[in-house]
Amino acid sequence: MLDDFMVRAALAGMGVALAAAPLGCFVVWRRMAYFGESTAHAALLGVSLSLMFEFSVFLGAIFVSLLMTSLVTLAQGRSLFLDTLLGVAGHMSLATGLVVVSFISGVRIELMAYLIGDILSVSKTDLLLIWIGLVIVLVLLFWRWSALLLCTLNEDLAASSGLNPRRESYTLTIGLAIVVAVGIKVVGVLLIISMLIIPAASARSLVSTPEKMAVFASLIGMLSAILGLNASYVFDTPTGPSIVCVASLIFIITLALSFFVEQFSAVVKNKKES
Amino acid sequence: MLKSGNNIMLIEIQNLNVAYGRKKVLENVTLTLGKNEIVTIVGPNGSGKTTLFKAIIGSIPIKSGSVVIKQNLKIGYVPQVLNIDRSLPLTVERFLKLAKNRNDQGFLRAQQVLDSDDLLSSQISNLSAGQLQRVLLGHALMNEPDVLMLDEATRGLDQPGSAAFYKKIEEIRETTGCSILMISHDLHVVMSASNRVICLNGHICCQGEPKSVAASPEYASMFGSKVEGTLALYQHNHSHERKGA
Repeated sequence: MLDDFMVRAALAGMGVALAAAPLGCFVVWRRMAYFGESTAHAALLGVSLSLMFEFSVFLGAIFVSLLMTSLVTLAQGRSLFLDTLLGVAGHMSLATGLVVVSFISGVRIELMAYLIGDILSVSKTDLLLIWIGLVIVLVLLFWRWSALLLCTLNEDLAASSGLNPRRESYTLTIGLAIVVAVGIKVVGVLLIISMLIIPAASARSLVSTPEKMAVFASLIGMLSAILGLNASYVFDTPTGPSIVCVASLIFIITLALSFFVEQFSAVVKNKKES
Repeated sequence: MLKSGNNIMLIEIQNLNVAYGRKKVLENVTLTLGKNEIVTIVGPNGSGKTTLFKAIIGSIPIKSGSVVIKQNLKIGYVPQVLNIDRSLPLTVERFLKLAKNRNDQGFLRAQQVLDSDDLLSSQISNLSAGQLQRVLLGHALMNEPDVLMLDEATRGLDQPGSAAFYKKIEEIRETTGCSILMISHDLHVVMSASNRVICLNGHICCQGEPKSVAASPEYASMFGSKVEGTLALYQHNHSHERKGA
Protein backbone atom coordinates (compact mmCIF):
# COMPACT_ATOMS: atom_id res chain seq x y z
CA MET A 1 0.00 0.00 0.00
CA LEU A 2 2.83 2.36 0.93
CA ASP A 3 4.35 1.75 -2.49
CA ASP A 4 1.71 3.97 -4.03
CA PHE A 5 2.99 7.56 -4.03
CA MET A 6 -0.56 8.89 -3.70
CA VAL A 7 -1.11 6.87 -0.51
CA ARG A 8 2.20 8.09 0.90
CA ALA A 9 1.26 11.66 -0.01
CA ALA A 10 -2.14 11.34 1.67
CA LEU A 11 -0.65 9.89 4.86
CA ALA A 12 2.05 12.58 4.91
CA GLY A 13 -0.47 15.36 4.41
CA MET A 14 -2.79 14.03 7.11
CA GLY A 15 0.12 13.54 9.51
CA VAL A 16 1.29 17.12 9.15
CA ALA A 17 -2.27 18.46 9.38
CA LEU A 18 -2.92 16.43 12.52
CA ALA A 19 0.19 17.77 14.25
CA ALA A 20 -0.17 21.34 13.01
CA ALA A 21 -3.84 21.93 13.84
CA PRO A 22 -3.89 21.60 17.66
CA LEU A 23 -0.56 23.41 17.94
CA GLY A 24 -2.00 26.02 15.61
CA CYS A 25 -4.77 26.67 18.15
CA PHE A 26 -2.15 27.90 20.60
CA VAL A 27 -0.52 29.93 17.83
CA VAL A 28 -3.88 31.65 17.29
CA TRP A 29 -4.72 32.10 20.99
CA ARG A 30 -1.28 33.43 21.89
CA ARG A 31 -0.94 35.51 18.72
CA MET A 32 2.21 33.70 17.71
CA ALA A 33 1.58 33.70 13.95
CA TYR A 34 4.66 35.80 13.30
CA PHE A 35 6.66 33.61 15.66
CA GLY A 36 5.65 30.59 13.58
CA GLU A 37 6.45 32.39 10.34
CA SER A 38 9.95 33.22 11.55
CA THR A 39 10.48 29.66 12.78
CA ALA A 40 9.66 28.48 9.26
CA HIS A 41 12.06 31.01 7.69
CA ALA A 42 14.82 29.87 10.01
CA ALA A 43 14.15 26.30 8.97
CA LEU A 44 15.12 27.16 5.39
CA LEU A 45 18.63 28.03 6.58
CA GLY A 46 18.66 24.64 8.27
CA VAL A 47 17.63 23.00 5.00
CA SER A 48 20.38 24.80 3.05
CA LEU A 49 23.04 23.87 5.59
CA SER A 50 21.99 20.24 5.57
CA LEU A 51 22.08 20.18 1.77
CA MET A 52 25.58 21.68 1.86
CA PHE A 53 26.99 19.35 4.49
CA GLU A 54 24.83 16.41 3.43
CA PHE A 55 22.95 15.50 6.57
CA SER A 56 19.28 15.05 7.39
CA VAL A 57 17.08 17.94 6.25
CA PHE A 58 14.70 17.24 9.15
CA LEU A 59 17.41 17.57 11.78
CA GLY A 60 18.93 20.64 10.09
CA ALA A 61 15.56 22.38 10.02
CA ILE A 62 14.69 21.52 13.63
CA PHE A 63 18.13 22.50 14.92
CA VAL A 64 18.39 25.88 13.19
CA SER A 65 14.81 26.94 13.91
CA LEU A 66 15.12 25.99 17.60
CA LEU A 67 18.45 27.83 17.83
CA MET A 68 16.99 30.97 16.22
CA THR A 69 13.83 31.05 18.33
CA SER A 70 15.74 30.34 21.56
CA LEU A 71 18.22 33.16 20.88
CA VAL A 72 15.41 35.56 20.02
CA THR A 73 13.42 34.61 23.14
CA LEU A 74 16.48 35.19 25.32
CA ALA A 75 17.28 38.53 23.69
CA GLN A 76 13.75 39.94 23.72
CA GLY A 77 12.94 42.96 25.82
CA ARG A 78 16.53 44.15 26.19
CA SER A 79 16.18 46.92 23.65
CA LEU A 80 13.86 45.62 20.95
CA PHE A 81 10.52 43.88 21.04
CA LEU A 82 10.00 40.27 20.10
CA ASP A 83 8.36 40.86 16.72
CA THR A 84 11.20 43.09 15.54
CA LEU A 85 13.81 40.57 16.61
CA LEU A 86 11.83 37.76 14.99
CA GLY A 87 11.60 39.77 11.78
CA VAL A 88 15.34 40.34 11.77
CA ALA A 89 16.34 36.79 12.69
CA GLY A 90 13.73 35.07 10.50
CA HIS A 91 14.52 37.00 7.34
CA MET A 92 18.24 36.88 8.04
CA SER A 93 17.95 33.08 8.12
CA LEU A 94 15.81 33.02 4.99
CA ALA A 95 18.24 35.23 3.05
CA THR A 96 21.30 33.40 4.31
CA GLY A 97 19.66 30.11 3.42
CA LEU A 98 19.03 31.26 -0.14
CA VAL A 99 22.61 32.54 -0.48
CA VAL A 100 24.09 29.35 0.93
CA VAL A 101 22.11 27.26 -1.54
CA SER A 102 23.48 29.27 -4.48
CA PHE A 103 26.96 27.93 -3.64
CA ILE A 104 25.82 24.35 -4.05
CA SER A 105 25.55 23.31 -7.67
CA GLY A 106 22.44 21.53 -8.84
CA VAL A 107 20.12 22.21 -5.89
CA ARG A 108 18.64 25.45 -7.13
CA ILE A 109 15.66 23.68 -8.63
CA GLU A 110 15.33 21.47 -5.57
CA LEU A 111 15.03 24.57 -3.41
CA MET A 112 11.63 25.35 -4.91
CA ALA A 113 10.48 22.02 -3.47
CA TYR A 114 11.46 23.19 0.01
CA LEU A 115 9.73 26.54 -0.42
CA ILE A 116 6.34 25.19 -1.51
CA GLY A 117 6.74 21.51 -0.68
CA ASP A 118 6.84 18.39 -2.81
CA ILE A 119 4.40 15.99 -1.23
CA LEU A 120 4.33 13.61 -4.18
CA SER A 121 7.99 12.74 -3.66
CA VAL A 122 7.57 11.75 0.01
CA SER A 123 9.57 8.59 0.65
CA LYS A 124 8.83 5.88 3.21
CA THR A 125 11.56 7.35 5.44
CA ASP A 126 10.01 10.82 5.15
CA LEU A 127 6.66 9.35 6.08
CA LEU A 128 8.13 7.64 9.13
CA LEU A 129 9.77 10.90 10.25
CA ILE A 130 6.52 12.84 9.75
CA TRP A 131 4.56 10.40 11.89
CA ILE A 132 7.27 10.29 14.59
CA GLY A 133 7.12 14.09 14.67
CA LEU A 134 3.33 13.93 14.85
CA VAL A 135 3.41 11.55 17.83
CA ILE A 136 5.94 13.73 19.69
CA VAL A 137 3.90 16.89 19.14
CA LEU A 138 0.61 15.25 20.16
CA VAL A 139 2.13 13.68 23.29
CA LEU A 140 3.70 17.03 24.28
CA LEU A 141 0.42 18.87 23.79
CA PHE A 142 -1.71 16.25 25.50
CA TRP A 143 0.65 16.14 28.49
CA ARG A 144 0.95 19.92 28.91
CA TRP A 145 -2.53 20.91 27.69
CA SER A 146 -4.01 22.37 30.90
CA ALA A 147 -0.72 23.95 31.95
CA LEU A 148 -0.36 25.60 28.55
CA LEU A 149 -3.92 26.90 28.66
CA LEU A 150 -3.38 28.38 32.11
CA CYS A 151 -0.11 30.02 30.99
CA THR A 152 -1.89 31.42 27.94
CA LEU A 153 -4.61 32.95 30.12
CA ASN A 154 -2.33 34.52 32.69
CA GLU A 155 1.31 33.74 33.47
CA ASP A 156 1.12 34.89 37.09
CA LEU A 157 -1.94 32.74 37.65
CA ALA A 158 0.03 29.79 36.29
CA ALA A 159 3.11 30.63 38.38
CA SER A 160 1.01 30.85 41.54
CA SER A 161 -0.06 27.24 41.06
CA GLY A 162 3.53 26.08 40.70
CA LEU A 163 3.97 26.13 36.93
CA ASN A 164 6.92 27.68 35.11
CA PRO A 165 5.40 29.75 32.27
CA ARG A 166 8.72 30.10 30.41
CA ARG A 167 9.28 26.37 30.38
CA GLU A 168 5.71 25.75 29.28
CA SER A 169 5.95 28.17 26.38
CA TYR A 170 9.19 26.52 25.33
CA THR A 171 7.12 23.38 24.82
CA LEU A 172 5.30 25.28 22.09
CA THR A 173 8.59 26.48 20.58
CA ILE A 174 9.79 22.87 20.34
CA GLY A 175 6.45 21.77 18.91
CA LEU A 176 6.61 24.51 16.28
CA ALA A 177 10.13 23.55 15.23
CA ILE A 178 9.02 19.92 14.81
CA VAL A 179 5.89 20.81 12.83
CA VAL A 180 7.87 23.13 10.56
CA ALA A 181 10.51 20.46 9.96
CA VAL A 182 8.00 17.74 9.08
CA GLY A 183 5.86 20.15 7.10
CA ILE A 184 8.66 21.28 4.78
CA LYS A 185 8.29 18.26 2.52
CA VAL A 186 4.48 18.61 2.43
CA VAL A 187 3.67 22.31 2.03
CA GLY A 188 7.11 23.97 2.26
CA VAL A 189 8.47 26.70 4.53
CA LEU A 190 6.42 29.43 2.89
CA LEU A 191 3.08 27.75 3.49
CA ILE A 192 3.54 25.72 6.68
CA ILE A 193 2.26 28.57 8.86
CA SER A 194 -1.06 28.33 7.01
CA MET A 195 -1.46 24.68 8.08
CA LEU A 196 -1.09 25.95 11.65
CA ILE A 197 -3.47 28.87 11.65
CA ILE A 198 -6.10 28.33 8.92
CA PRO A 199 -7.65 25.11 10.33
CA ALA A 200 -7.62 26.60 13.84
CA ALA A 201 -9.22 29.81 12.61
CA SER A 202 -11.87 27.83 10.68
CA ALA A 203 -12.71 25.74 13.74
CA ARG A 204 -13.17 28.75 16.01
CA SER A 205 -16.70 29.65 14.96
CA LEU A 206 -17.92 26.05 15.32
CA VAL A 207 -16.96 25.34 18.94
CA SER A 208 -17.33 26.39 22.56
CA THR A 209 -14.31 24.86 24.30
CA PRO A 210 -10.55 24.84 23.55
CA GLU A 211 -10.49 21.03 23.31
CA LYS A 212 -13.24 20.94 20.68
CA MET A 213 -11.41 23.65 18.75
CA ALA A 214 -8.30 21.45 18.61
CA VAL A 215 -10.30 18.42 17.46
CA PHE A 216 -12.25 20.33 14.79
CA ALA A 217 -9.07 22.05 13.58
CA SER A 218 -7.43 18.63 13.16
CA LEU A 219 -10.41 17.33 11.19
CA ILE A 220 -10.47 20.41 8.97
CA GLY A 221 -6.72 20.16 8.44
CA MET A 222 -6.92 16.51 7.40
CA LEU A 223 -9.90 17.15 5.13
CA SER A 224 -7.95 19.96 3.45
CA ALA A 225 -4.97 17.66 2.93
CA ILE A 226 -7.07 14.94 1.27
CA LEU A 227 -9.18 17.29 -0.87
CA GLY A 228 -6.15 19.38 -1.82
CA LEU A 229 -4.23 16.31 -2.89
CA ASN A 230 -7.11 15.12 -5.06
CA ALA A 231 -7.64 18.56 -6.54
CA SER A 232 -3.97 18.80 -7.50
CA TYR A 233 -4.26 15.37 -9.17
CA VAL A 234 -7.36 16.31 -11.13
CA PHE A 235 -6.33 19.85 -12.11
CA ASP A 236 -2.58 19.16 -12.29
CA THR A 237 -1.73 21.96 -9.85
CA PRO A 238 1.11 22.14 -7.27
CA THR A 239 -0.02 20.05 -4.29
CA GLY A 240 1.11 22.13 -1.29
CA PRO A 241 -0.58 25.32 -2.51
CA SER A 242 -3.69 23.28 -3.48
CA ILE A 243 -4.00 21.97 0.09
CA VAL A 244 -3.72 25.51 1.46
CA CYS A 245 -6.31 26.75 -1.06
CA VAL A 246 -8.79 24.11 0.10
CA ALA A 247 -8.11 25.02 3.75
CA SER A 248 -8.71 28.69 2.94
CA LEU A 249 -11.95 27.82 1.17
CA ILE A 250 -13.16 25.92 4.25
CA PHE A 251 -12.22 28.96 6.36
CA ILE A 252 -14.32 31.26 4.17
CA ILE A 253 -17.26 28.85 4.27
CA THR A 254 -17.23 28.48 8.08
CA LEU A 255 -16.86 32.24 8.46
CA ALA A 256 -19.85 32.87 6.19
CA LEU A 257 -21.88 30.14 7.93
CA SER A 258 -21.24 31.55 11.38
CA PHE A 259 -22.17 35.01 10.12
CA PHE A 260 -25.50 33.77 8.76
CA VAL A 261 -26.24 31.70 11.87
CA GLU A 262 -25.61 34.78 14.01
CA GLN A 263 -27.89 36.92 11.84
CA PHE A 264 -30.56 34.23 11.78
CA SER A 265 -30.58 33.71 15.55
CA ALA A 266 -30.76 37.48 16.04
CA VAL A 267 -33.84 37.61 13.79
CA VAL A 268 -35.47 34.69 15.63
CA LYS A 269 -34.75 36.37 18.96
CA ASN A 270 -36.29 39.65 17.78
CA LYS A 271 -39.42 37.87 16.59
CA LYS A 272 -39.83 36.09 19.90
CA GLU A 273 -39.50 39.33 21.79
CA SER A 274 -41.98 41.27 19.68
CA MET B 1 10.20 28.14 62.55
CA LEU B 2 7.63 30.34 60.88
CA LYS B 3 6.09 31.61 64.07
CA SER B 4 5.75 34.99 65.56
CA GLY B 5 3.99 35.18 68.88
CA ASN B 6 0.97 32.91 68.80
CA ASN B 7 0.23 33.47 65.16
CA ILE B 8 1.44 31.08 62.48
CA MET B 9 3.22 32.95 59.70
CA LEU B 10 2.19 31.93 56.20
CA ILE B 11 4.38 34.33 54.26
CA GLU B 12 7.48 35.96 55.66
CA ILE B 13 9.48 38.43 53.58
CA GLN B 14 12.76 39.79 54.93
CA ASN B 15 14.72 42.71 53.42
CA LEU B 16 13.61 41.87 49.91
CA ASN B 17 15.38 43.59 47.04
CA VAL B 18 14.29 43.15 43.44
CA ALA B 19 15.74 44.87 40.39
CA TYR B 20 14.95 44.79 36.67
CA GLY B 21 18.35 45.27 35.14
CA ARG B 22 19.85 48.27 36.90
CA LYS B 23 16.48 49.63 37.95
CA LYS B 24 15.66 48.94 41.59
CA VAL B 25 12.01 48.05 41.95
CA LEU B 26 11.80 46.86 45.53
CA GLU B 27 14.14 47.99 48.28
CA ASN B 28 14.37 46.41 51.70
CA VAL B 29 10.79 45.25 51.87
CA THR B 30 9.94 43.35 55.05
CA LEU B 31 6.44 41.97 55.36
CA THR B 32 4.62 39.13 57.04
CA LEU B 33 1.22 37.58 56.54
CA GLY B 34 -0.18 35.58 59.42
CA LYS B 35 -3.07 33.16 59.59
CA ASN B 36 -6.47 34.83 59.25
CA GLU B 37 -4.95 38.21 58.51
CA ILE B 38 -6.03 40.66 55.85
CA VAL B 39 -3.17 42.80 54.59
CA THR B 40 -3.71 45.46 51.95
CA ILE B 41 -0.90 46.94 49.91
CA VAL B 42 -1.52 50.37 48.44
CA GLY B 43 0.74 52.52 46.32
CA PRO B 44 0.90 54.50 43.10
CA ASN B 45 1.50 52.96 39.67
CA GLY B 46 4.99 51.60 39.29
CA SER B 47 5.51 51.34 43.02
CA GLY B 48 6.38 47.66 42.83
CA LYS B 49 3.12 46.16 44.12
CA THR B 50 2.77 43.61 41.35
CA THR B 51 6.51 42.91 41.49
CA LEU B 52 6.11 42.08 45.17
CA PHE B 53 3.37 39.59 44.24
CA LYS B 54 5.54 38.08 41.52
CA ALA B 55 8.35 37.64 44.06
CA ILE B 56 5.97 35.84 46.42
CA ILE B 57 4.71 33.39 43.79
CA GLY B 58 8.28 32.91 42.57
CA SER B 59 7.85 34.10 39.01
CA ILE B 60 10.76 36.58 39.13
CA PRO B 61 14.26 36.23 40.55
CA ILE B 62 15.05 38.17 43.74
CA LYS B 63 18.29 40.09 44.16
CA SER B 64 18.70 39.73 47.90
CA GLY B 65 16.70 39.08 51.02
CA SER B 66 14.34 36.19 51.53
CA VAL B 67 10.80 35.15 50.77
CA VAL B 68 9.73 32.24 52.97
CA ILE B 69 6.43 30.55 52.23
CA LYS B 70 4.96 28.03 54.65
CA GLN B 71 5.35 24.50 53.34
CA ASN B 72 2.49 23.23 51.19
CA LEU B 73 0.80 26.61 51.34
CA LYS B 74 -2.12 26.72 48.92
CA ILE B 75 -2.35 30.06 47.16
CA GLY B 76 -5.43 31.30 45.38
CA TYR B 77 -4.35 33.99 42.96
CA VAL B 78 -6.74 36.56 41.51
CA PRO B 79 -5.04 38.33 38.59
CA GLN B 80 -6.06 41.69 37.13
CA VAL B 81 -6.97 40.36 33.72
CA LEU B 82 -7.01 37.30 31.51
CA ASN B 83 -5.29 37.37 28.14
CA ILE B 84 -8.36 36.11 26.43
CA ASP B 85 -10.03 37.30 23.28
CA ARG B 86 -12.71 35.80 21.11
CA SER B 87 -10.22 33.50 19.39
CA LEU B 88 -10.11 31.30 22.49
CA PRO B 89 -13.45 29.61 23.21
CA LEU B 90 -13.62 28.96 26.94
CA THR B 91 -16.61 28.44 29.18
CA VAL B 92 -16.55 29.55 32.80
CA GLU B 93 -16.84 25.94 33.95
CA ARG B 94 -13.86 24.79 31.86
CA PHE B 95 -11.81 27.72 33.16
CA LEU B 96 -12.64 26.89 36.78
CA LYS B 97 -11.64 23.28 36.21
CA LEU B 98 -8.25 24.33 34.84
CA ALA B 99 -7.25 25.11 38.43
CA LYS B 100 -4.56 22.85 39.81
CA ASN B 101 -5.25 20.81 42.98
CA ARG B 102 -8.93 21.61 42.79
CA ASN B 103 -11.45 19.73 44.90
CA ASP B 104 -15.23 19.42 45.14
CA GLN B 105 -15.51 21.67 48.17
CA GLY B 106 -13.55 24.33 46.27
CA PHE B 107 -15.85 24.00 43.25
CA LEU B 108 -18.85 24.46 45.56
CA ARG B 109 -17.34 27.64 47.00
CA ALA B 110 -16.53 28.90 43.52
CA GLN B 111 -20.14 28.37 42.47
CA GLN B 112 -21.34 30.31 45.51
CA VAL B 113 -19.14 33.21 44.49
CA LEU B 114 -20.50 33.15 40.93
CA ASP B 115 -24.00 33.78 42.29
CA SER B 116 -25.70 32.23 39.29
CA ASP B 117 -25.66 28.81 37.71
CA ASP B 118 -26.10 29.93 34.12
CA LEU B 119 -22.77 31.74 34.35
CA LEU B 120 -21.04 28.33 34.29
CA SER B 121 -21.85 27.74 30.63
CA SER B 122 -21.12 31.32 29.53
CA GLN B 123 -18.13 32.15 27.38
CA ILE B 124 -15.46 34.03 29.35
CA SER B 125 -15.02 36.55 26.53
CA ASN B 126 -18.68 37.58 26.88
CA LEU B 127 -18.57 38.39 30.59
CA SER B 128 -18.95 41.86 32.05
CA ALA B 129 -16.15 43.24 34.24
CA GLY B 130 -18.05 42.37 37.40
CA GLN B 131 -18.84 38.84 36.25
CA LEU B 132 -15.23 38.27 35.23
CA GLN B 133 -14.01 39.35 38.66
CA ARG B 134 -16.35 36.86 40.30
CA VAL B 135 -15.13 34.13 37.96
CA LEU B 136 -11.48 34.93 38.70
CA LEU B 137 -12.24 34.87 42.42
CA GLY B 138 -14.08 31.57 41.96
CA HIS B 139 -11.05 30.11 40.14
CA ALA B 140 -8.82 31.14 43.06
CA LEU B 141 -11.10 29.28 45.49
CA MET B 142 -11.02 25.98 43.58
CA ASN B 143 -8.10 24.58 45.61
CA GLU B 144 -9.47 25.79 48.97
CA PRO B 145 -6.56 28.20 49.41
CA ASP B 146 -4.85 29.14 52.68
CA VAL B 147 -4.03 32.53 51.21
CA LEU B 148 -5.97 34.58 48.70
CA MET B 149 -3.80 36.99 46.73
CA LEU B 150 -5.72 39.69 44.87
CA ASP B 151 -3.94 41.93 42.38
CA GLU B 152 -6.10 45.04 41.95
CA ALA B 153 -9.12 42.81 41.81
CA THR B 154 -11.57 45.71 41.63
CA ARG B 155 -10.02 47.32 38.59
CA GLY B 156 -12.72 48.18 36.10
CA LEU B 157 -15.50 48.03 38.69
CA ASP B 158 -17.42 51.09 39.76
CA GLN B 159 -17.45 52.01 43.44
CA PRO B 160 -20.60 50.11 44.45
CA GLY B 161 -19.18 47.19 42.45
CA SER B 162 -15.89 47.23 44.34
CA ALA B 163 -17.72 47.64 47.63
CA ALA B 164 -19.80 44.54 46.92
CA PHE B 165 -16.65 42.70 45.86
CA TYR B 166 -14.83 43.59 49.09
CA LYS B 167 -17.86 42.44 51.05
CA LYS B 168 -17.62 39.10 49.29
CA ILE B 169 -13.93 38.81 50.20
CA GLU B 170 -14.78 39.42 53.84
CA GLU B 171 -17.44 36.71 53.74
CA ILE B 172 -14.94 34.28 52.25
CA ARG B 173 -12.46 35.04 55.00
CA GLU B 174 -15.12 34.46 57.62
CA THR B 175 -16.35 31.16 56.20
CA THR B 176 -13.04 29.62 55.11
CA GLY B 177 -10.60 31.26 57.49
CA CYS B 178 -8.10 31.99 54.72
CA SER B 179 -5.69 34.89 54.89
CA ILE B 180 -5.88 37.67 52.37
CA LEU B 181 -3.12 39.68 50.77
CA MET B 182 -4.32 42.26 48.33
CA ILE B 183 -3.15 45.10 46.17
CA SER B 184 -5.14 48.24 45.62
CA HIS B 185 -4.08 51.14 43.48
CA ASP B 186 -6.85 53.15 44.96
CA LEU B 187 -5.48 55.03 47.93
CA HIS B 188 -8.91 56.07 49.07
CA VAL B 189 -10.69 52.77 49.21
CA VAL B 190 -9.33 49.98 51.33
CA MET B 191 -11.13 47.46 53.41
CA SER B 192 -11.82 48.52 56.91
CA ALA B 193 -11.46 44.85 57.77
CA SER B 194 -7.76 45.00 56.87
CA ASN B 195 -5.56 44.16 59.79
CA ARG B 196 -2.80 46.17 58.22
CA VAL B 197 -2.44 48.60 55.37
CA ILE B 198 1.00 48.82 53.85
CA CYS B 199 1.94 51.74 51.70
CA LEU B 200 4.50 50.78 49.13
CA ASN B 201 6.55 52.98 46.87
CA GLY B 202 9.63 50.93 46.10
CA HIS B 203 10.15 50.77 49.82
CA ILE B 204 7.53 50.57 52.56
CA CYS B 205 6.55 54.18 53.35
CA CYS B 206 4.25 53.42 56.22
CA GLN B 207 1.97 50.78 57.60
CA GLY B 208 -0.62 50.32 60.27
CA GLU B 209 -4.24 49.60 61.02
CA PRO B 210 -6.52 51.41 58.62
CA LYS B 211 -8.51 52.87 61.49
CA SER B 212 -5.42 54.16 63.14
CA VAL B 213 -4.32 55.81 59.94
CA ALA B 214 -7.57 57.42 58.93
CA ALA B 215 -11.23 56.54 58.89
CA SER B 216 -14.14 58.53 57.70
CA PRO B 217 -17.73 57.32 58.13
CA GLU B 218 -18.94 60.05 55.75
CA TYR B 219 -16.98 58.46 52.94
CA ALA B 220 -18.36 55.02 53.69
CA SER B 221 -21.90 56.31 53.75
CA MET B 222 -21.48 57.44 50.17
CA PHE B 223 -21.79 53.83 49.12
CA GLY B 224 -25.12 53.24 50.81
CA SER B 225 -26.13 51.49 53.97
CA LYS B 226 -25.74 47.96 52.60
CA VAL B 227 -22.00 48.21 52.41
CA GLU B 228 -21.54 50.36 55.42
CA GLY B 229 -18.36 49.59 57.22
CA THR B 230 -16.90 47.71 54.31
CA LEU B 231 -15.08 50.73 53.04
CA ALA B 232 -12.90 53.16 54.83
CA LEU B 233 -11.20 56.27 53.75
CA TYR B 234 -7.49 56.03 53.95
CA GLN B 235 -6.16 59.52 53.82
CA HIS B 236 -2.67 59.43 52.56
CA ASN B 237 -0.44 62.20 53.82
CA HIS B 238 2.98 60.77 53.27
CA SER B 239 5.27 61.91 50.55
CA HIS B 240 5.75 59.48 47.71
CA GLU B 241 9.26 60.70 47.08
CA ARG B 242 11.51 57.73 47.31
CA LYS B 243 14.25 57.89 49.84
CA GLY B 244 17.61 58.17 48.17
CA ALA B 245 16.13 57.97 44.69
